[in-house]
Amino acid sequence: MNSYPAYRILPLGDAAVLVDCGNTISDAVSHAITGWFRRLQADPLPGMIEAVPAYSSLAVHYDPGAVYKLAPAGQTAYAWMKQQVEKRMAATMTGEKEAPRLVQVPVCYEEPFAPDIEDLAATNGLSVEELIRMHTSVPYRVYMLGFLPGFAYMGPVDERLRAPRKASPAQVAAGSVGIAGNQTGIYPLSSPGGWCIIGRTPLRLFDAANETPVLLQAGDQVQFYSISRHEFENY
Amino acid sequence: MSLKIIKAGILDTLQDQGRFGYQHLGINPGGAMDRFGMQVANLLAGNEPQEAVMEMHFPGPAILFQQTALIALAGADFSAHVNGEPVHRLQPIIASNNSILRFHAQRSGARAYLAVHGGFAIESWLGSRSTNLKAGAGGYNGRALQKEDELPFRRTVDDRGLQQKEQICLPWRGSDLPEEGATGTISILPGKEWELLSPALQQQLLNTSFLIGSQSDRMGYRLQGEAVQLSLQEELVSSPVCFGAIQLLPDGQLIILMADHQTTGGYPVIAQVISAHHSRLAQRRPGDVLQFRLADQAVAEKLWLQQHRHLLQLQNACIFRLEEWLKT
Repeated sequence: MNSYPAYRILPLGDAAVLVDCGNTISDAVSHAITGWFRRLQADPLPGMIEAVPAYSSLAVHYDPGAVYKLAPAGQTAYAWMKQQVEKRMAATMTGEKEAPRLVQVPVCYEEPFAPDIEDLAATNGLSVEELIRMHTSVPYRVYMLGFLPGFAYMGPVDERLRAPRKASPAQVAAGSVGIAGNQTGIYPLSSPGGWCIIGRTPLRLFDAANETPVLLQAGDQVQFYSISRHEFENY
Repeated sequence: MSLKIIKAGILDTLQDQGRFGYQHLGINPGGAMDRFGMQVANLLAGNEPQEAVMEMHFPGPAILFQQTALIALAGADFSAHVNGEPVHRLQPIIASNNSILRFHAQRSGARAYLAVHGGFAIESWLGSRSTNLKAGAGGYNGRALQKEDELPFRRTVDDRGLQQKEQICLPWRGSDLPEEGATGTISILPGKEWELLSPALQQQLLNTSFLIGSQSDRMGYRLQGEAVQLSLQEELVSSPVCFGAIQLLPDGQLIILMADHQTTGGYPVIAQVISAHHSRLAQRRPGDVLQFRLADQAVAEKLWLQQHRHLLQLQNACIFRLEEWLKT
């Protein structure tokens, strides 16, 4: 059952440790990261403030004062916390297959919601219809959230949909669905952004008034499906 | 029961120690830039250290007290005046009903903190009263304070007792950080990508005087200095970042992530400012010079604990003095 990716643990300043599985984007590594993250969420380490998963790394933030009291004399809070994190990781089975949550996300790929879709299709030698079909053909894994509240980094998208990042960011509307590299994502808020925008969802990815303010979480599966402009407006 | 903003400052927001536990959702901690200053203001006002305070930049606001209040100011020195009379920072102040607090000049520092005894009666969002401007949530309606905004207090002070007292400033003080000043070096720890720098580049970083650029705000400080020329073999995938991370931009310039930083980042993090120097950093302004010094975990933790103990001592002293004073 011990199918961990290789990792190193290093300090992230003096109030967090970072578990780093290398500079990689892969489902296997992501499964390990979200598995460790969920264990830490469910059963926080003493002195821990929060854990933050990313593609191939996981930060564990701690209160240096609280941890310092727990550490034996002569040991730094960091060294003690590193040990605790290592122990916890060793005790976490990454082989266990947790059924991921599948979230269906409607997207309108029509104008005026898809300012970059024609260019992207042309650059990649596809018709707009082929592009939409490919983008909606498979579910994507949410690797991590970041950049904005509720912004989910998902992938991998088909190599034939790969998009360059824009040289200068443009203003992007909330709900916009974009592609950058082989990643796809949804802007939860209006923001400057450099991703190629191919559609918009009527779903609210971030709602401060909700008890759970964010729709997607790391480890979710997201299935896009195409809706018309009429459906979007009446969603 | 409240204070009213009669003139808005350039950026006044409610902030506390930050919103933790939601970074995995992309919701950053935010909070006061200078957490030490924020806590000192609270302790002098007889509050718990984590109570929400008003964080002010210069030009600051003009504030009308619509009820007698016990307040304290810490952090930057903006030459505070109540009804035209100068009042001390780092000292509890009685602002009587209808008095007006104004700030006349930016004498030192970048961010001043106003604490009100009992705290502001503002709803918390996800466990914190800090303002998240990007999310438009937390603090006062998720935004910076504007003219006519009214901030209610959670607790009232005993008005009768207070009006019999003659002094405006109560006779005890807190202090700034030990060895504070605009000149102190900023201690750093090696970051995740520190080892990618050659020893010569590491030395260059420690020998350079950086200027804080004009495009510096609550999200981050842009530094100007000799470019750190590092050619990366591959782009980095995003990983978690925190307050004080020193990122290397593709053009060789540096940015230090501050309170409103994003939760993750994809630029190399070459170093990390130690927690004990976050407050010192938060009080620097564009145009100030920064120099870095390399520390290790043990030193960083020792300095953090010193600050922590300093605050505990202040808290005990303030509780005692305030109780004594209210009794007499």
